[in-house]
Amino acid sequence: MDTKQLYQEVILDHNKKPRNYGALENANRRAEGHNPLCGDHIILSVRVEDERIENLAFQGEGCAICKASASMMTAYVKGKTLQEADQMVQEFREMATGKLNVAHQPHHLGRLTVFAGVRDLPARVKCAILPWHTLHAAFSNEHVASTEGADEPMKAIVGNV
Amino acid sequence: MDVDRIREDFPILQRRFHDKPLVYLDNAASSQMPKPVIDRLVRYQTQEHANVHRAVHHLSEIATAGYEGARRKVRQFLNAGDEREIIFTRGTTESINLVMHGYGRPFIGAGDEIILSAMEHHSNIVPWQMLCQEKGAKLRVIPMNDNGELLLDDYKKLFNERTKFVALAHVSNALGTINPVREMISIAHHHGVPVLLDGAQAAPHLTVDVQALDCDFYAFSGHKMYGPTGIGILYGKAALLEKMQPYQGGGDMILSVTFERTTYNTIPYKFEAGTPPIAAAIGLGAAIDYVAAIGLDRIAAYEEELLNYATAQLSALSGVRLIGTAHHKAAVLSFEIDGIHPHDIGTILNEDGIAIRAGHHCAQPVMQRFGVPATARASFAFYNSFEEVDALVAGIKNVQRMFS
Repeated sequence: MDTKQLYQEVILDHNKKPRNYGALENANRRAEGHNPLCGDHIILSVRVEDERIENLAFQGEGCAICKASASMMTAYVKGKTLQEADQMVQEFREMATGKLNVAHQPHHLGRLTVFAGVRDLPARVKCAILPWHTLHAAFSNEHVASTEGADEPMKAIVGNV
Repeated sequence: MDVDRIREDFPILQRRFHDKPLVYLDNAASSQMPKPVIDRLVRYQTQEHANVHRAVHHLSEIATAGYEGARRKVRQFLNAGDEREIIFTRGTTESINLVMHGYGRPFIGAGDEIILSAMEHHSNIVPWQMLCQEKGAKLRVIPMNDNGELLLDDYKKLFNERTKFVALAHVSNALGTINPVREMISIAHHHGVPVLLDGAQAAPHLTVDVQALDCDFYAFSGHKMYGPTGIGILYGKAALLEKMQPYQGGGDMILSVTFERTTYNTIPYKFEAGTPPIAAAIGLGAAIDYVAAIGLDRIAAYEEELLNYATAQLSALSGVRLIGTAHHKAAVLSFEIDGIHPHDIGTILNEDGIAIRAGHHCAQPVMQRFGVPATARASFAFYNSFEEVDALVAGIKNVQRMFS
């Protein structure tokens, strides 16, 4: 894959102007994601009402792939039920690790498929997945999510934020 | 120095990625191997392989001669006084761990202090931290200025009667700083404190003379100096090595064993448990021959020219900031580009066939000191050319264009 395909305008735009950036005052779920290898760090605050994501926001530092992934994720999962959002987490993971072919298999990822190309850059898969893993951690009350130490780059470390 | 000619010795440099020639600028992580080293490994594996120090058969004699011959080459390379002072390990990290276990555990106790610098690689921090946790000892850290130079006045003030050890990078992997180790060793010795130098980033680029430096321990790796992975060196003064505990038990470190007691072998074998990395040691010997034939003085002079050129080129780019601008530096350029994460820089440069490192370079305290999560790092070897620096500059402009 051509890297330029991955760094499409939509990703560069979300990196420059991330949506839902900041902290949510009335959040009732919160999780922090780390990628110790590159220093990516995402803090996610979520307001969940009746099993539905009312609102969410993220803060932190990261590369363009990570920030754009977080920004687009917040835009896409807002208003979804926890179950729907978790399904997207699963599908995004599978897309990024090359297990889900979004061109030929059914999915709910919409324009998030701009991240499909990351599967060809193994060193960057974790960058794209980190926000999604953090979202999953927020639902599961695992306060700290880390991408380190697993070849399926998803491993939660439970701890206090 | 005829770089074009030298590049012909390195088969991997002929490779192309993304239909562009490979520009390999990640030498601080691992350098490439020249053909004489590769050929030596092939000869060993096809003609000479056997275990060492054991059998009476011919092959074992050849393998032993090769392995011990490599030890002789390392002794000359470091100008150590005695071959018994050269221990083969798996790498710099194992060498440091060996000193921590063998010297640190018996001789450093509760309330004692170990001095490190603010620019250490994790592998020269964590073993000492482990020792501190076990013994109740304490780490003291030499601070550095904004250029990435250690503050010697502060260093002098760290010494007191509890100071038991100094562990110090000869050259910083993240900043390129060449530390004034000779002066720092003399200060430590004035207080009666032994010094370990982490020479992983120095041995491939500078002439190292352990007797002139008067260091007590010197550690480096084969794979960062044009040799194979899995081989490292620990130099230690014989008198200290004699006093130390073995690091691991079994194999060559033994003279005799009963169920009641074991008599340890003499140095250096006391510290070489199990079957050693024979092929890798022989390969390292060939790498030493190769760099010695070019001459480390010539290598250092050429790399300095290359670094000066690269520094000038990158400094002239707007939006690029160099991290680590010490007066005395080896061929490492860490940099940041405004608004662009190092990982994105690394991925996009990769598209142009340029291999650099992006991350914290296993020196997180350095990143914290400079307030960055990571840096992009180009690190040079004597086979890198001025054209490759130009390719890096063009690549950086490309990254900036993409993010503009």
